[in-house]
Amino acid sequence: MLTKRIIPCLDIKDGRTVKGVNFVQLRDAGDPVELAKIYSDQGADELVFLDITATVDKRKTLAELVTKVAKAINIPFTVGGGVSTVEDVKVLLNAGADKISINSAAVKQPGLINDMALEFGSQCIVVAIDTRNVDGIDFVHTHGGRKPTLLKTQEWAKEVCERGAGEILLTSMDHDGTKSGFANEITAEISYMLSIPVIASGGAGSMPHFRDVFTFGKADAALAASIFHFKEIPIPELKNYLGQEGVPVRI
Amino acid sequence: MKVAVIKYNAGNVQSVLYALERLGAEPTLTDDLEFISSADKVIFPGQGEASTAMKYLQEKKLDLLIPELKQPFFGVCLGQQLLCEFSEENNTTCLGVFPVKVKRFIPHNTAEFKVPHVGWNNLYDLKGTLFEGLDNHSYVYYVHSFYCELSEFTIAKTQYIHDFAALMNKDNFYAMQAHPEKSSLVGERILKNFLAL
Repeated sequence: MLTKRIIPCLDIKDGRTVKGVNFVQLRDAGDPVELAKIYSDQGADELVFLDITATVDKRKTLAELVTKVAKAINIPFTVGGGVSTVEDVKVLLNAGADKISINSAAVKQPGLINDMALEFGSQCIVVAIDTRNVDGIDFVHTHGGRKPTLLKTQEWAKEVCERGAGEILLTSMDHDGTKSGFANEITAEISYMLSIPVIASGGAGSMPHFRDVFTFGKADAALAASIFHFKEIPIPELKNYLGQEGVPVRI
Repeated sequence: MKVAVIKYNAGNVQSVLYALERLGAEPTLTDDLEFISSADKVIFPGQGEASTAMKYLQEKKLDLLIPELKQPFFGVCLGQQLLCEFSEENNTTCLGVFPVKVKRFIPHNTAEFKVPHVGWNNLYDLKGTLFEGLDNHSYVYYVHSFYCELSEFTIAKTQYIHDFAALMNKDNFYAMQAHPEKSSLVGERILKNFLAL
């Protein structure tokens, strides 16, 4: 049976992990490769590396990091953050990434999704969508959720699917950082609407939140960052819990 | 041991090389017919589209060489599909090592069964030495929209929408739909068992 995926997300700046990482096993809390290995050993199903480096010339560091990660771990990983051209995707895939996620660039230039899917195959193109509810309507936001657009989230999700996205990473900006649970309603709405997998993100604070996003939210995968980094929820415990709750997981 | 990884226009071959290196092998990525013929083990990875891949194999005359090889040969993902006789992906005639057809998953009940089939799913009805040290229902990582039909050559099944041939074997030819290079310890074990054949 196909299982639901648990995906820790690592924020990367200048080739280093940022945002509190709190593992006793870690010799170097800032080393993404070491952290990636720990997550992989704990049973993470996939990893996402989000590059928040501001400057262009530091991007080379990212490709080097991707190669180091690819050499060290044996589970799939996605790389995103600032990807804006077909060439960017090529560099990162050649470095060893399995999938690439694009966000703001796709909103600005939707044809990029078609170009990337045609060149590399849909299976490695993840379109990240940041959504925020404004007076009862869900709108796509860009630039880390700061910049509103006129695109309705549901319509944009449908469009990126038609343009060849392989998966959607849906982050609710209303839930992100609140630890009050995932945005199950819109996640389910989009999951029912599309034939491609939906990764839910934003709001994870407890183990029942994961159960709910898989059952009510119909998510194919769930992504979280801080609760894993701070060991609030250890991955093996989370997976055991989900298994007991009847959610299919790889243990 | 001389391990050849067949080079063609397929994506993410690098991960396969890294996985082999983690097992202590020294793989060579090549489309050189002589090198491939004389290798102890041949691995045929792949990700991409069937007809484009077949065209490349024909240009390099690999389409004639591959079915004639006698050493242990392992087709992975698109590599498995290309070893079959025909793929529904752009109605492509493939290499014909396995008299098996490659079909497209038909999505239904959308939130339940999506296409592509992405994620970790289990292998069952395991047959043969490739699975030594593995439990029935071991998990492997999949990303695909097309699958190989069940046949007498099926040595492991996976269920998604319906059963399909997760792994196949005929003589020296082995083939696997999931990605062993991305399937954690299970994938490593399968690759290790293949290298030990």
